[in-house]
Amino acid sequence: MAYNLKEAMKKPNRLASGHRMCAGCGAPVAVNAILRGLKPEDHAVIGSATGCLEVSTFIYPYTAWRDSFVHSAFENAGATVAGAEACYKAMKRKGKLPEDEHTKFIAFGGDGGTYDIGLQSLSGAMERGHDMVYVCYDNGAYMNTGIQRSSATPRFADTTTSPSGKVVPGKQQKRKDLTEVMAGHHLPYVAQTAPYGNFSDITTKAEKAIYTEGACFMNVLAPCPRGWGYPTENLMELCKLAVDTCYWPLYEIIDGRYVVNYKPKNKVPVAEWLKLQKRFAHLFKPGNEWMIEELQKEVDEKWERLLELEAITNKAE
Amino acid sequence: MSIRERLSGNEAVANAMRQINPDVVAAFPITPSTEVPQYFSTFVNNGSVDTEFVPVESEHSAMSACVGAAAAGGRVMTATSANGLSLMWEILYIASSLRLPIVMSCVNRAVSGPLNIHNDHSDSMGARDSGWIQLYCETNQEAYDNILMANRIAEHLNVQLPVMVCYDGFITSHSIENIELEEDDKVKAFVGEYNPEHYLLNKKEPIAVGPLDLQPYLFEHKFQQAEAMRAAKDVILEVSEEFAKMTGRKYGLFEEYKMEDAEVAIVVLNSTAGTAKHTIDELREKGVKAGLIKPRVFRPFPVTEIAQALKNVKAVAMLDKCDSTNGAAGPLYTEVTSALYTEGITGVKTVNYVYGIGGRDVKSDDIEKVFTDLQEIVSTGKVENPFRYLGLKD
Repeated sequence: MAYNLKEAMKKPNRLASGHRMCAGCGAPVAVNAILRGLKPEDHAVIGSATGCLEVSTFIYPYTAWRDSFVHSAFENAGATVAGAEACYKAMKRKGKLPEDEHTKFIAFGGDGGTYDIGLQSLSGAMERGHDMVYVCYDNGAYMNTGIQRSSATPRFADTTTSPSGKVVPGKQQKRKDLTEVMAGHHLPYVAQTAPYGNFSDITTKAEKAIYTEGACFMNVLAPCPRGWGYPTENLMELCKLAVDTCYWPLYEIIDGRYVVNYKPKNKVPVAEWLKLQKRFAHLFKPGNEWMIEELQKEVDEKWERLLELEAITNKAE
Repeated sequence: MSIRERLSGNEAVANAMRQINPDVVAAFPITPSTEVPQYFSTFVNNGSVDTEFVPVESEHSAMSACVGAAAAGGRVMTATSANGLSLMWEILYIASSLRLPIVMSCVNRAVSGPLNIHNDHSDSMGARDSGWIQLYCETNQEAYDNILMANRIAEHLNVQLPVMVCYDGFITSHSIENIELEEDDKVKAFVGEYNPEHYLLNKKEPIAVGPLDLQPYLFEHKFQQAEAMRAAKDVILEVSEEFAKMTGRKYGLFEEYKMEDAEVAIVVLNSTAGTAKHTIDELREKGVKAGLIKPRVFRPFPVTEIAQALKNVKAVAMLDKCDSTNGAAGPLYTEVTSALYTEGITGVKTVNYVYGIGGRDVKSDDIEKVFTDLQEIVSTGKVENPFRYLGLKD
């Protein structure tokens, strides 16, 4: 069924309000947009890696999760949810669960818990093909512990472990492309998205990921006002600009076939996105223009490559 | 009727798991426990169990998947050794604190480094305070029997804690011994169905597991966990009694061998107890009043019972197949001497031997040497050095 914002917003939030995530944080917005991909009648077992999302939504004795929720540690959301899914299969087989009831399995992790410490657990769960969705909410650093660099942190960003110093101007390495790493797992469905516009992209992709049999992966951009340095009301603008600059292209890989969901008519220069964030403030100092140029080059190259992948994988046989 | 068989320890354990037919088994290969998931995956692929087997990419994920599956409401089992257990460390504590009744075979092997694949107890002893019940086994039969009892103990409402069944790598895991197996239907009836009170897959009552648990609550939750461990003692005895009714094989908190009139005794875990019994028989013929205590239940530690069992001996040696490297003694020594003191028993001379590290062979001569030393301690009334090594080359 075609996405309709009004209809989608009628669904009650499965992550209830009252949690303690920061105002202006992309993560809870993304989580609710994803959970709107669930059919209302379906039960979900939702797991989370240790991180902002977990420590702000399930502080004993309160939980903001309306579905069943499990948290174990930082690096094992993939394996933990995989275990729950395995149990579901066994209990269904043994007739221990009602035949007409369905449970879906979703794991959330930040970029620290997904790109870095949880990569192995994620890779294992995806390779084994558990019927689950792993969602990375990528805010580009270890925000929960106080904005330390991760392998998802963009090049030159200022973090507390890659500070823009007098000699070293922020993070020196390019960010890891996790969506492509997951594409290499040959999953039935991989998507990159963001809470953006009317949420059609993110919720439609979530629905596909949740209801595609097998292991599916979603990489979701989730801006962080503390780590990125922006006023809370700029959340949606930062998401929009990340997409319009092609820093964060919206695309999906369906059984190996690339589909770029949005191709901006006028690609906005990446500087427009960078300048709204304090973590890139040093890029705008005289003499540092080269850093913006380098980032623009990186974005352009990756965008071109993505378009090529789309062309190659859609070529008529 | 029990079935007489000849099986290795790992085969026996895998067969117990087949009879239990758990919901999920998640495991990763590591010598010498590898055979357990190996045999078990054959049962899965031949359709003799309904279990979902999760061949994870590491032991960390093995224990993580066990946590997820157990929280989901399943009966869950795994097996590991040494470094595999080390890699599970973080999640061992999470499993016990979430009160998940996971059952693990820990096939004891030296923890690296340097790398060694042979038996000692540095793996499970390192995990002795992780909140898991620990049962130790001398023989293949005991490994099989303890696995059959483990789920019942773990799942008991007064307990709800994970259980580690420990048996010696290669010595027990790979040696073929005569064994009595119980019939499948009898095991099924004994183990029963697992019906958890609260579980993730219950759509009617969604739950949240594994919170951020701050200063106002964590202490009480940890206390409840400690209480569950204390309560486990009676539950272990109850289940063991029921097991004895079915099989005729009796298990307590520990085994006493010729302790009625013993003047000198050793306390030792697992397979070495077999060697010790042989030596004790020989010494008894020579008139030496030697005895043995073989703890089965190390967690919870049977403080009163073990101290009372030792109160009449003149000297006792605790043999540790694990060096705590604390500048003093191994864990068995520390626990037993603490129990004696706690019970107000101060007249027993005590001595510690670290032995068998990295699979160093333990012969009856070694055990005899310990008893000779104990007799000297009794005759002189002095313990020259309480922290000793057995079988260490010069």
